Amino acid sequence: MAKVLMKGNEAIGEAAIRAGCLNYFAYPITPQSEVAEYLSKRLPEVNGVFVQGESEVAVGYMIFGAAACGERVMTTSSSPGVSLMSEAISYIAGARCPAVFVNIVRGGPGLGGILPSQGDYFQATKGGGHGDYHMLVMAPDGVQEAVEMTMKAFPLAEKYRGPVMILGDGLIGQMMEPVEFPDDLYVEPTNKDDWATNGMERRGSSTKNIVKSLYLDPATLNNHNLLLKSQYEQMKREEVRFESYNTDTDYELLIVSYGTMSRVCKTAIDNLKAEGLEIGMVRPQTLFPFPEKAIHDAAAKESCKHVVSIEMSMGQMVEDVERSVKGKKEVTWFGQCGGEVPTPEAVMEHIQTLLNQNQ
Amino acid sequence: MQKEVMFAGFGGQGILLSAKLLAYAAMKQGSQVMWIPSYGPEMRGGTAYCTVVVSDRLIGSPIIKNPAHLVAMNRPSLEKFAQVVKPNGVVMINSSLIPVRTNRDDVQELIVPANEIAVSLGSVKCANIVAVSAFAAKSGMVDVDILRECIKSEFASKAKLIPLNMKAFDEGLKIAAAS
Repeated sequence: MAKVLMKGNEAIGEAAIRAGCLNYFAYPITPQSEVAEYLSKRLPEVNGVFVQGESEVAVGYMIFGAAACGERVMTTSSSPGVSLMSEAISYIAGARCPAVFVNIVRGGPGLGGILPSQGDYFQATKGGGHGDYHMLVMAPDGVQEAVEMTMKAFPLAEKYRGPVMILGDGLIGQMMEPVEFPDDLYVEPTNKDDWATNGMERRGSSTKNIVKSLYLDPATLNNHNLLLKSQYEQMKREEVRFESYNTDTDYELLIVSYGTMSRVCKTAIDNLKAEGLEIGMVRPQTLFPFPEKAIHDAAAKESCKHVVSIEMSMGQMVEDVERSVKGKKEVTWFGQCGGEVPTPEAVMEHIQTLLNQNQ
Repeated sequence: MQKEVMFAGFGGQGILLSAKLLAYAAMKQGSQVMWIPSYGPEMRGGTAYCTVVVSDRLIGSPIIKNPAHLVAMNRPSLEKFAQVVKPNGVVMINSSLIPVRTNRDDVQELIVPANEIAVSLGSVKCANIVAVSAFAAKSGMVDVDILRECIKSEFASKAKLIPLNMKAFDEGLKIAAAS
């Protein structure tokens, strides 16, 4: 189909429908309310279900309920709302139900502000809820990638029977770019008859499916945790996605950056290249699993003197970058919060400062 | 080649729509395009601004400190943004509401009494169409024939508004041609 000009939020809503998700529950919050607005109109047209919950806490458990029934289901929210849902996300991970969560991140902590931020990196990749679990986390850098990641999120959630998160930011939700909805990203839902609570007659089995996260017997819970761990290890082997930018040069410095911030960095890299300075970048597209090896190898390049993690947060991803680089090169952080996205000029100036220090 | 334009005015002037129409036209002519609204805790009558980036290759930063051009629909917008426009850019000034000028000699001022023209055509609401057509013609940022078609399709569901907006569009072209 031809390209259409769409807001990121609307495009995410349409992508969910194209991915076969007909269940959407949400509570409005800036800067993602357009997803709910869009789907409240679109879902009835395709015989889908739209429910505005009474709170994000309730929405989290609506998602759990639909996922436990084996339905493709999604919610979208922004930072404070995702905090409220985090209890349910932990239960969903524990009960091994596939579900898609979209966080169009705004500034925090607390109510923070409504402008773009990447301050929920820790929450998305290191938990948020309690217990030993991870979500598979994808971070788009624009509207087209948000569409593709949303469409891929549903089959991935089913592959691992767990929550998958799209981590955007206010700019990706609010801006418009031309998009296409690739039909070939649609994947038939998996057969869930052996675990979902989809009704006796549909199951055709005498065994009762129970969806739960309570395992009081310590050995049983330990085995359950080991199973989850093995799935996270499988994600690390099979689902790591990243983009390398200008890394075929003898770059003097390596940037690690994701989402909106990485696009600002690309402009900075292009501008510096025009001035004769080569800077490389690794852009994680999955934040969990994290592209540890790609970053390690890119940092190890002889010409590279320094690694900088550039984020719209006070330094969160930088911890994973340090972990990946394993002390081979110095790793520092640069960023800004409060909705003030660093400009390409600010990034360029910081890079120059770092390189002067390393001379 | 990348060009950016910032549309600025107050809420209700159709700032976001005129920027969207320009972005549509750029997409239709095969360019890469990005439409970035300022979204904040704002209301009708508050400030509204929006940046459109048009490029022949993939667009990087959505954060634009110095746009190539500016369409200023009210006085605070001109006062706030006139100084950040790159040299040689077009600064469209809605002279119906803005009694001042840029005080710069390195930009091309395009003086358009958009509100007065719109009122004379029948509705002040089409001032944004006068502005976007005059700007597009003066700056050459998009093909004006494609822009005209985009405006028609935008108003397809409110067809009775198309003749008014086409008149507004033509008046914008005339102003640009005379400038």
